[in-house]
Amino acid sequence: MKELVVISGKGGTGKTSIVASLATLAEKAVLADCDVDAADLHLVLEPTIKRREDFIGGKQAFIVEDNCIGCGRCARICKFEAIEEKALSNGSKGSVYRVDTISCEGCGVCVEFCPREAIEFNEVVNGQWFISDTRYGTMVHATLGIAQENSGKLVSLIRREAKEIAKKENQSLIIVDGSPGIGCPVIASITGADIVLVVTEPTLSGLHDLERVVELARGFDLSIVVAINKYDLNPDMSDKIEAYALQNDIEVVGKIHYDKSVTKAQINRESLIEHGDSLGSTDIKEMWKRLSKRLSE
Amino acid sequence: MTKKNIKIAVASGKGGTGKTTISTNLARAIAKNRRAAQYLDCDVEEPNGHIFLKPEIQKSKAVTIDVPEVDNEKCNGCGRCSDICQYNAIVSLKKVVVTFDQLCHSCGGCKLVCPTSAITDKAKEIGFVDIGVAKEIGFIQGRLNIGDIHTPPLIKEVKKAASSDSVIVIDAPPGTSCPVIEAIKDCDFVVLVTEPTPFGLNDLRLAVGMVRELKLPFAVVINRSDAGDDEVLKYCSKEKIDVALEIRDDIEIAKAYSKGEMIVDVAADYERGFIDLFDYIDKNIQLQEKLI
Ligand code: SF4
Ligand code: SF4
Repeated sequence: MKELVVISGKGGTGKTSIVASLATLAEKAVLADCDVDAADLHLVLEPTIKRREDFIGGKQAFIVEDNCIGCGRCARICKFEAIEEKALSNGSKGSVYRVDTISCEGCGVCVEFCPREAIEFNEVVNGQWFISDTRYGTMVHATLGIAQENSGKLVSLIRREAKEIAKKENQSLIIVDGSPGIGCPVIASITGADIVLVVTEPTLSGLHDLERVVELARGFDLSIVVAINKYDLNPDMSDKIEAYALQNDIEVVGKIHYDKSVTKAQINRESLIEHGDSLGSTDIKEMWKRLSKRLSE
Repeated sequence: MTKKNIKIAVASGKGGTGKTTISTNLARAIAKNRRAAQYLDCDVEEPNGHIFLKPEIQKSKAVTIDVPEVDNEKCNGCGRCSDICQYNAIVSLKKVVVTFDQLCHSCGGCKLVCPTSAITDKAKEIGFVDIGVAKEIGFIQGRLNIGDIHTPPLIKEVKKAASSDSVIVIDAPPGTSCPVIEAIKDCDFVVLVTEPTPFGLNDLRLAVGMVRELKLPFAVVINRSDAGDDEVLKYCSKEKIDVALEIRDDIEIAKAYSKGEMIVDVAADYERGFIDLFDYIDKNIQLQEKLI
């Protein structure tokens, strides 16, 4: 079983559209959407949800007003400035404390040190994750609640589930739509992957982000390949990216034309391959041949 | 009284919608035509504003967070540090304690519960804050060290480095989770940048949910406004959200972007749009000030 993870230094490089096309070309694979912050793959693959689970990422503190004597110890020790003083809700004199749920990181220090045991510490549901059917195979995906933490944990959970499913269904390929950036969710997306495909654009920002992401992936000793999307928008910059790849011994598996059909396909809820023949779809088919070869090595 | 030091965050549900383009050009247009302005690159995982603004960096300072250091001589193996840690960042194994700096949230809990004072703070570098000028505007950016995941604490430091006497334009990280919340939570106004596509609309919905949860005033900017369908416009009118600026899909803009050039420099007629955007935001904020 091989796991192909598609990432991009910055967002908006066409990563998700490319994943949808790869899913079409692979015909049979387990799909995983790990871009949990801005999950879009479902818009094209239109999954039918089979199983739905809560995602519990951590805990959160809650001060029970009736038990709080207003000593303020919690506010003094909280490193996240998450506890604020407030007037008693029954209008009588004196004050109590409350936890700002957006700033609270669920460390539990206040819970431990409250002299009146007035702080509850409960698990919170940060989102939901799903196992679904799509026209190209089973898909694992999720939604993360607003202003929620722990996207890295959720990403790891999705990849773990996708692997379980691949084993059960005897599938030889998992395609993962990874997270952008170089932070916690993307690290959780790529560790242990068989091939990391970095989708970039021929812009200065694209090159800059590519360098950072490659350095990150190198740190985890992963096998990296690159695709340059919309490469004809700035051929000079594409050459620079190719030169960079060559110097760093990274294969450029795809150079994809700028193609107005990409937006049209998205509006029709199709992958570019399904949308029909176009410059872009021909390029992606070429890329898929190279990727399949690397995956079978 | 007019509020001078207003903080405007430019955010988007996903990356690549033109957040950096909007925030850099907005900052430049404000400084040239209205008031002193600073640009803060809080997209610390992928800071790109410098490519367009080409700042002169005057000083760089390392940012550190406190992580625990354990004196194994003093440790009596009670394990209370690993009990309190919610992130598995400290594990007590009989007579030695192992720490995992990347998982630590610097809550200080382990140090507080340790009965033998075996735990002290150790500074761990997570990235840098660079401060400089880019022509007429102040420039500050955060750069997260590669392999590090402490994005929110670095963003906090970038914001602390700003001076309070001018308009602040924040280039926020993409998404709707902890890093972007840190970047926008105390702002006076949020500009949400999107594209007129199904992906753009889906990500905009999430971003709108986020700013509403934080109770922040906001408006939408549609980039490449003629490149897709009109679902974003329909959504905004249904939700009574102002569309403060639309920028058409212009090959000249795409080319300028790919070369690291500013729109207001290559196509002067766009400058007007950014000035109007600022006037709109400013009017909104001054109005709210009056209401309070
Ligand atoms: S759990 Fe931690 S972050 Fe939350 S309120 Fe208590 S001390 Fe603060
Ligand atoms: S400071 Fe908090 S998060 Fe860090 S190791 Fe100690 S208990 Fe865990």
